[in-house]
Amino acid sequence: MYAFTYLRPGSVRGASKALATKENAKLLAGGQTLLPTMKQRLASPDHIVDLSQIDDLKNIEQKGRRIVIGAMATHASVASSALVRDNIPALAALAGGIGDPAVRHRGTIGGSVANNDPAADYPAAVLALGATIHTNKRKLAADEFFAGLFTTALEEDEVITKIAFPMPSRAAYQKFRNPASRYALVGVFVAKRGRDIRVTVTGAGSNGVFRWSEAEAALSKRFSVKSLEGLSISASGLNGDIHASPEYRAHLIAVMTARAVAAA
Amino acid sequence: MAQTPKIAVAMTVNGQDVSARLEARTLLVQYLREGLRLTGTHVGCDTSQCGACVVHVDGKAVKSCTILASQCEGAQVVTIEGLAHGDKLHPMQEAFREHHGLQCGFCTPGMIMTAVDMAQRLGTPDEHTIREELEGNICRCTGYHNIVKAIDAGCHEMAKGQHRQAAE
Ligand SMILES: Cc1cc2nc3c(=O)[nH]c(=O)nc-3n(C[C@H](O)[C@H](O)[C@H](O)COP(=O)(O)OP(=O)(O)OC[C@H]3O[C@@H](n4cnc5c(N)ncnc54)[C@H](O)[C@@H]3O)c2cc1C
Ligand code: FES
Ligand code: FES
Repeated sequence: MYAFTYLRPGSVRGASKALATKENAKLLAGGQTLLPTMKQRLASPDHIVDLSQIDDLKNIEQKGRRIVIGAMATHASVASSALVRDNIPALAALAGGIGDPAVRHRGTIGGSVANNDPAADYPAAVLALGATIHTNKRKLAADEFFAGLFTTALEEDEVITKIAFPMPSRAAYQKFRNPASRYALVGVFVAKRGRDIRVTVTGAGSNGVFRWSEAEAALSKRFSVKSLEGLSISASGLNGDIHASPEYRAHLIAVMTARAVAAA
Repeated sequence: MAQTPKIAVAMTVNGQDVSARLEARTLLVQYLREGLRLTGTHVGCDTSQCGACVVHVDGKAVKSCTILASQCEGAQVVTIEGLAHGDKLHPMQEAFREHHGLQCGFCTPGMIMTAVDMAQRLGTPDEHTIREELEGNICRCTGYHNIVKAIDAGCHEMAKGQHRQAAE
């Protein structure tokens, strides 16, 4: 890991200012992606801006029909939060299935969503539940936030502060885990809220998380596994690597979607 | 090469207050092993995969190869060296010995720190849960069976200890 200067601001404003004024500065949340990336020298920031001392970023609270999760809430705290478990159990289960216990003790929802790894779990939930990403500058709908591999709508000096999830009437996440990396080989999140039905896929798209609109249309007629019968997704545009071919991923998407609907 | 600036870091390790001036990029595991000579915490992979480096920071199991020492400012850190009371092993250590939960022993400090965290969070988890909770700890020797047995026994011992404490 190359040397850097370490900063620990006490406020979001301070963090944003550091990003704007310091050369080649990067936020540090749980460090479970950034530190391994820096060790591999795939990232070499000159300034590290640690968010850990900004307390109100860790809160999880209910605001009307929404569960609002602070950017610095760890995967473990989301998985064990009574508010999340009672109101969006699929989200708690997703958080509890990320990596391993030590990763869940450090890794945060804000870091995961900002990173937008094409195999990460949270992006599927944020997009399927139609969550709103709050930053120090604005509010972004999930549909306008994710912008391709490891890319988001965030600006250089923008800090995610919290993510607001509307409560679905039914939801489930099914993940086919890559046994080596623990990330999703394919993960499908299905959510129903009123007439709005969303099916999102992570781990498979060569452009990151995406909505499977054909499945959404089929489920809008009737929210049942039967509605998905005969439905398949084209392998073109899906990832292929040593772990799984695009065809295999396409197959898994259909299987995981049916399982998610059955579980929702 | 230009001198990289150092920053002051203070924390509590195994109950003792420690402080040092470190390069910002110093990982907690480097500080523990090279700075404090607490070499019980191992580095198996240095890529956040194997769990040989697991220690507790503020009561939670974390990979000490994937956290900066400076992120532990003011924290309570416990390493494998902090578990035993003098010659008396911690119940989880005793359980690993009793049930042959190790062969070469390289993974063992991380296994035991993970196991103690597991017991503290979950009490006496069933076998399936123990195996799931070991997702981040890799052992190249034992095949895990005896590790799982040891953790099961250790969790029960720790639960008994708590009952004893509560009764006293
Ligand atoms: C062994 C292992 C297994 C894993 N398995 C999985 C898995 O199964 N599924 C999964 O989804 N993930 C997995 N991860 C990744 C893990 O979930 C990370 O915690 C997560 O991707 C990043 O969160 P972090 O808090 O650690 O962020 P960091 O590593 O600190 O930061 C990641 C990026 O986000 C930026 N950032 C952080 N916070 C903010 C913010 N508030 N606003 C704007 N930008 C921000 C940082 O600048 C950086 O670029 C795994 C990681 C490891 C090491
Ligand atoms: S050395 Fe830290 S996880 Fe392997
Ligand atoms: S005992 Fe040798 S690696 Fe586990």
